[in-house]
Amino acid sequence: MPSSRRQFLKQAASGFAGTVLLGACAATPKSRWRFFTREEASLVDLITEQIIPTDDTPGGIEAGCLNFIDKQLVGAYRRHQNEYRQGLLGLQNSSRGKFGKTFQELDWPEQTDVLDAIEAGDVEAADWSGVSPQRFFQLIRDHTMQGFYGSPRHGGNKNYLSYRMLELDVPHIIGQNRYTQGLDKPNGWIN
Amino acid sequence: MANKHVNAIVVGAGAGGGVVAKELAVNGLSVVLFERGRWQTYDEHDNDELISQRTTVLGNAFGPDNERHWRLLMDAHGNEHIVLPNEWGYNNNAACVGGGTLSYGAMAWRFMPQDFKMRSTYGSVEGSTLEDWPISYQELEPSYEKAEWEIGVAGDDSQNPFAPPRHKPHPMPPFPYNKEAKMMQDAAKRLGWHPFPIPMLRNSVRYRGRPACIRMRTCVGFACPVNAKCGTQNTVIPEALKTNNCILRTECTVSMVLVDDRGHATGVEYFDEHNRRQTQTADIVVLAASATETPRLLLNSKSRLFPNGAGNNSDLVGRNLQGHAYTGAFGLFEEEVYDDIGPGACVAICDFNHGNPGLKGGGLLANEFIRLPYLFTGIRPPASKRWGTEHKEFQKKYFKRHAQAVGPIQEMPVFDARVQVDDTVKDFWGMPVAKLSGHRHPYDLELTDFLSRKAETWMKECGAVKTWRHQPGLGLSGGQHQAGTCRMGDDPQTSVTNKYGQVWEIDNLFIADASLHVTNGGFNPALTILALGYWVGDYIVREWRGTKFKS
Ligand SMILES: Cc1cc2nc3c(=O)[nH]c(=O)nc-3n(C[C@H](O)[C@H](O)[C@H](O)COP(=O)(O)OP(=O)(O)OC[C@H]3O[C@@H](n4cnc5c(N)ncnc54)[C@H](O)[C@@H]3O)c2cc1C
Repeated sequence: MPSSRRQFLKQAASGFAGTVLLGACAATPKSRWRFFTREEASLVDLITEQIIPTDDTPGGIEAGCLNFIDKQLVGAYRRHQNEYRQGLLGLQNSSRGKFGKTFQELDWPEQTDVLDAIEAGDVEAADWSGVSPQRFFQLIRDHTMQGFYGSPRHGGNKNYLSYRMLELDVPHIIGQNRYTQGLDKPNGWIN
Repeated sequence: MANKHVNAIVVGAGAGGGVVAKELAVNGLSVVLFERGRWQTYDEHDNDELISQRTTVLGNAFGPDNERHWRLLMDAHGNEHIVLPNEWGYNNNAACVGGGTLSYGAMAWRFMPQDFKMRSTYGSVEGSTLEDWPISYQELEPSYEKAEWEIGVAGDDSQNPFAPPRHKPHPMPPFPYNKEAKMMQDAAKRLGWHPFPIPMLRNSVRYRGRPACIRMRTCVGFACPVNAKCGTQNTVIPEALKTNNCILRTECTVSMVLVDDRGHATGVEYFDEHNRRQTQTADIVVLAASATETPRLLLNSKSRLFPNGAGNNSDLVGRNLQGHAYTGAFGLFEEEVYDDIGPGACVAICDFNHGNPGLKGGGLLANEFIRLPYLFTGIRPPASKRWGTEHKEFQKKYFKRHAQAVGPIQEMPVFDARVQVDDTVKDFWGMPVAKLSGHRHPYDLELTDFLSRKAETWMKECGAVKTWRHQPGLGLSGGQHQAGTCRMGDDPQTSVTNKYGQVWEIDNLFIADASLHVTNGGFNPALTILALGYWVGDYIVREWRGTKFKS
C-alpha cells in the first residue's frame, strides 16, 4: 500500500517512528526471554500463531513455539541470532510500510498479508537488511514447525499438544505395539 | 607409555570395521579397534525427532558433534562452504560404536548378480566410470550368509522371484505387514508385480540372546530401546571383545596412517579422548572409517613414497563418490492407512531393479519408514501453501492418510564426484578436513523419472485420491549410502585396492567399508558392507597364516 508507506516515511522523518523504535531498546522493562526483547517476543508469538493458527485445536502460541525458538537461539541456533534480530526489524518495517501500523496492531488478515509478502519477497528492499525477507520467513516458519511438532524437552509442543492433535498416543508407550502373531518358530535359533 | 604393538589396527567401529575386528580377533590376531565416537544408548535421545540420525536439525544424536568435525562442500558454482555435521550437504552417517548400524533403518539387502556386473550387463555410459566389480555375487554369497546369520536378518526371499540364489534361508521369519503395507501388497499384486517382506537386520523373534522388535514408530534414526535392532555394536563387536584379543579404543580419532620408507604401513597416529597425540603400531592396518573418512585418512597420510597420500599415486583415492538418488511418489487417501506399527517400511518389490526396457539398471521400491510429525510438515503436493490454516488442515487430515513408495536407484559413478582434503581448512585437531565436490551423472535422472512413475502407479492402484512424484536433482551424491571412493578392481590403474580390499601400493594396508563399492546397487548398502567385512577379514586371516604380510 504505497500511500500508507508514504505516510510512514513522513512520520519517520518527523521522528515519531524513531522514538517508538528507541523506546523498545532503552526504556522498557527487562525481558523475561533468553534472547528476545519483550517487543521481539510479542512479535514472534504472533508470527508463530499465524504459521500454525488455533482452530478447534491449539496453535503456535499455546504450543510455546516462542519459547522453543528463544531457547534454541541461545543454543543450537545461536548462529541465527542476527538473522532473527534483523528479520524482525524488517518485518516491522514492512508492516508499517504496508499498513502504517506495527505488526501487533494489525488485524489477522492484515498480518497474513504482511507474511505473504515477506514469504514472496514482495516488500520494499530498503526495509530489510542483514537477511532477505524470504530467508527470514523460511527460518521462522521451519522453526515454528519444529517447536510445534518436536519433543517438549526443547521448549515447545507443550504437553505434546501436536501429538494429541494428530491422535498419536501420548506418552509413547514402549512395547504397546508388540505384535501377537504366532512368530515363535525361528529358523536359526541360537542361544 | 608407548602402546603395545599389535597384529592389526582397525579404524572405525561401524559396519565394515566391526565385522573385520571380530573376524581377526576370533582367529587369534591381536587387534586394536579405533572409534572416534563412543558407546551410545537409547536413553539419551529416546523419541526426540529433532535430534535423531534422520532429522538432525538440533544435532546428530549419535555424532559427530558440530564442535570438532566440519567439512568443506563445493557447490555447483564452485564456491566452497564450511558445513557442520548436522547440516545438509555434510553427508553424515554417524560416529559411535556401531557407526551407521546403531541407528539405521536396518533394511538388509543382498545386491543382485547383475549389480556386480553393471558394465558387462549394460555397456559403458559416457561420462561415467561404470565398471564391473572384481568379485561376483557367487563369490560374495557365503559372506552375505555369514552376515545374515551372525548379525541377524528377518526375511523370506521365497516370495521374491527376483531374489538372488542363496544356500540358506534367512535365520528369522519376516515381519508381518502393517496397514499401509497390506494395502500396497494387494495393489502390487493387482498390477502383476511381486511384493514381498523387506529383509531386516532386526529381530522378528528372540535371536542370539536379544529380544524381538516391539515395532515402535521411532526406529530409523534412533537406537533401539530393547536392543532388537542388529548392528555391529550388539553383535560382532562384543564378540570380538570377548576373545580378549581385541581392544576397543573409543573417542580416539585416527589422524593418519604411518607409512615407512619401504612403503609399509607401520601403524597409525591418533588423538585420544584427552586430545593427546598418540601412536599405535601394528603389522597391518585396516581402514573402515566410511566412504568419506577413509579416503580422507589416506589423503592425509603423506610420506616420502606417497607424497599425495597413502595408496594414491594414481590419483584415484576419493573419486567416484556415489550414494543413492532416492525417488518415489506420495499418495493421499480418504481412509486412514496408518496404524502406528513401526518402523513402517515392510513391503518391497524388485520388479524394476533390472531388465527395464531401454534402461541401464533400476532400483527397488518399498513403502517408507514412518514419517514423523515434523518430517511430515515437509511433505506437501507441489505448490501447496506450507503454513497457516492450509498447513494445519493438511497435517490433521493426512498424517494418517498418506503413504509413500520409494526406492534408491543404481547411480552411475562419476570420476569427478570426489573427496579431497584441503590444507587451508583444518579440523579441531589440526588435520585437513574432507572437501566434497562434484555432481550426479545426468543418467540418474532418467532412472529416477522411470522409478518414480512406477511408484506413482503403485499409489494410484492403492486408491490414492491425489499423487505426486519426487526426484532429487543433479547435486552431489553420497549421503547415508555414501560409497565408492576407494574402489576395488583387477587393474591397479583404475582401482585403489585388489579384490580383497588390499591397497595396491601398500601390501599391509586394507580397506573394509563402503569405499570399496565399485557400484552401489539399487539397494540400501549395509548388508553388502557387512558381507565385505567378512570377505576382507577372511582373506586377511588366510594370508596371515602364511606371510603375516611381511615381505
Ligand atoms: C538414519 C540412517 C538410516 C539408514 N538406513 C539404512 C538401511 O535401512 N539399510 C541400509 O542398508 N543402510 C542404511 N543406512 C546406511 C548404513 O548405516 C551405512 O551404509 C553403513 O553404516 C556404512 O558402513 P561403513 O562401514 O562404510 O561406515 P560406518 O558405519 O559409517 O562406520 C564408520 C565408523 O568409523 C568411525 N570413524 C570415522 N573416522 C574415524 C577416525 N578418523 N578415527 C576413528 N574412527 C573413525 C565413524 O565414527 C564410524 O563409527 C542408514 C544410515 C543412517 C544414518
